[in-house]
Amino acid sequence: MPSLKPGSRFTSSVCTTQVIVVKGAGEVDLRCGGAPMLAAGAAADGGLPAEGASGGTLMGKRYVDQDETVEVLCTKPGDGSLGIGDALLDLKEAKPLPASD
Amino acid sequence: MNLMMLLEMAADGFGDRVALGPSDGGLTYRDLYDSAGAASVRFRADGGSHVAMADLSSAALPVSLFGAAWAGLPFVPLNYRLTDDELAALASRISPAIIIVDPDSPDRLTGIDGIGLLSRRSLMDLVDGADPPEPEWDMTGEGTAIELFTSGTTGEPKAAVLRHRHLVSYVLGSVEFMGAHEDEAALVSVPPYHVAGIAAILSNVYAGRRVVQLPTFDAHDWVTLVRAESVTSAMVVPTMLTRIVEVLDAEGPDGPGLQTLRSLSYGGGRMPSPTIQRALELLPTTAFVNAYGLTETSSTVALLGPDEHREAMASADPVVRARLGSAGRPLPTIQVTIRDDIGDEVAVGQPGEIWVRGEQVSGEYRGSAPRLTADGWFPTHDGGWMDADGFLHVTGRIDDVIVKGGQNVSPGEIEEVLVCHPAVADAAAIGLPDRQWGERIIAAVVLHPGASASSDELRDAVRDRLRSNRTPDHVEFVGSLPYNDTGKLLRRVLRSDLAHLGDGSTG
Repeated sequence: MPSLKPGSRFTSSVCTTQVIVVKGAGEVDLRCGGAPMLAAGAAADGGLPAEGASGGTLMGKRYVDQDETVEVLCTKPGDGSLGIGDALLDLKEAKPLPASD
Repeated sequence: MNLMMLLEMAADGFGDRVALGPSDGGLTYRDLYDSAGAASVRFRADGGSHVAMADLSSAALPVSLFGAAWAGLPFVPLNYRLTDDELAALASRISPAIIIVDPDSPDRLTGIDGIGLLSRRSLMDLVDGADPPEPEWDMTGEGTAIELFTSGTTGEPKAAVLRHRHLVSYVLGSVEFMGAHEDEAALVSVPPYHVAGIAAILSNVYAGRRVVQLPTFDAHDWVTLVRAESVTSAMVVPTMLTRIVEVLDAEGPDGPGLQTLRSLSYGGGRMPSPTIQRALELLPTTAFVNAYGLTETSSTVALLGPDEHREAMASADPVVRARLGSAGRPLPTIQVTIRDDIGDEVAVGQPGEIWVRGEQVSGEYRGSAPRLTADGWFPTHDGGWMDADGFLHVTGRIDDVIVKGGQNVSPGEIEEVLVCHPAVADAAAIGLPDRQWGERIIAAVVLHPGASASSDELRDAVRDRLRSNRTPDHVEFVGSLPYNDTGKLLRRVLRSDLAHLGDGSTG
């Protein structure tokens, strides 16, 4: 099971999705497309996202679990959906702020 | 977490967009990424502990900022307006280091132990077309990304430390990735050694918004550049906006205006209400944003948005109207409380010290423990109060509060009344020693050219609007007020210039 810490990178084993952990630590069953995510740099297993976990990921979006203990940032998009175990992560909706810089 | 992660995403997501410079022929995000990589090789080879820059804004700024992040070295933008001796003193404190310097004044920092100099031009030549190394940077977020020397209005300048995790949290929490449309351009006229100058680079890279730099602020140049580069957003400090308003006013009602400018944000000091009101009138289609933040909080922690500006401007309700002078509401990722001098929270509407908490808040200086409480709160040393709807009103530095007869008086409220007088161009209130009252209130006033107002008339204006203990004991007419180049009023200088108006007592 992947061990998470902020800044660690994971890659999907079934699509092109890559993420960086923003929040969360310890052993977490982080999945993409229903299959366990791999440490960045590991070779993909191939295969396709499982049914029910094929909504896809969007570049630059953050995804969180229900109680917001885990948050990941998508750095490469793909066809799989992110999840912890069987529970899919939610897209973190942030109200757009006006540009202040 | 590393600042490079933001640039890597930009280069992956929209590498062909122009990141910096003219829309035709500027540096793309892919170019910027490659250049940062090449710069990191040069910085590592140098073997120093810091990468610094004593130079105006140019393409070398983002290249060095990201190159230092890639190399795992803190980036230190130095104030090139300091005297040679002051600059040398700061350089010694970050030695051994490599310092990017202005090719036009190459001799300024020579002969300092451990300091290597690299001209802006040499840096840009050596990164031009170079292949970047394999991406490899520290992702723990704990490394120092930026050290910014505070302006040092009291004592020796302190180096505020901003770690990668602070700045990345700020950007992720406040900027949407690729949130800018391809035609957007941001005009940056604050210098690199101001936190807003750094935040502008980071936020606009992540948003995918082209950056246009104005290395030395001049209001005519600023207006010209907005028009020439079809600038859509900009950030200014209050003194800049005052000058811009003068230029637009001088062009008259049939002037071309600033048609492309969709958004204008301001911060870094108290905005005189006549300036912001006039700016709202002159730029009816521009969205105004007031951003409040400190170096130690990685820039913005609260903002007053466009709709809130127009709503306040149009309202007859004095509470809503007063919000035009507020810093708006805290960012969703930031908590703000107002506390008294023993650290207890005060009731809504009561004045106190502004405390902030959030992942972007560092509150740390080099060589000392973070000034955060155990549960992460940072006392800003700014005074303020919050209204019932959560709008934050910032009244100024706590150290600037005048204590007269045991009563605390905020200079800001007196200044606000004075600058609203039609004859007054600028005003500052300070406390000077007074044997009987502890401090007496001195108002230094700059009149508009050709305008006149008597001392009694101005004192009456304050007496009519504020409690009687706010009335200046003396009004001194002066030709100008002392500001630093980023628009901060130098009260210490003013107190010293006007020291003869006190009675010399030491309390």
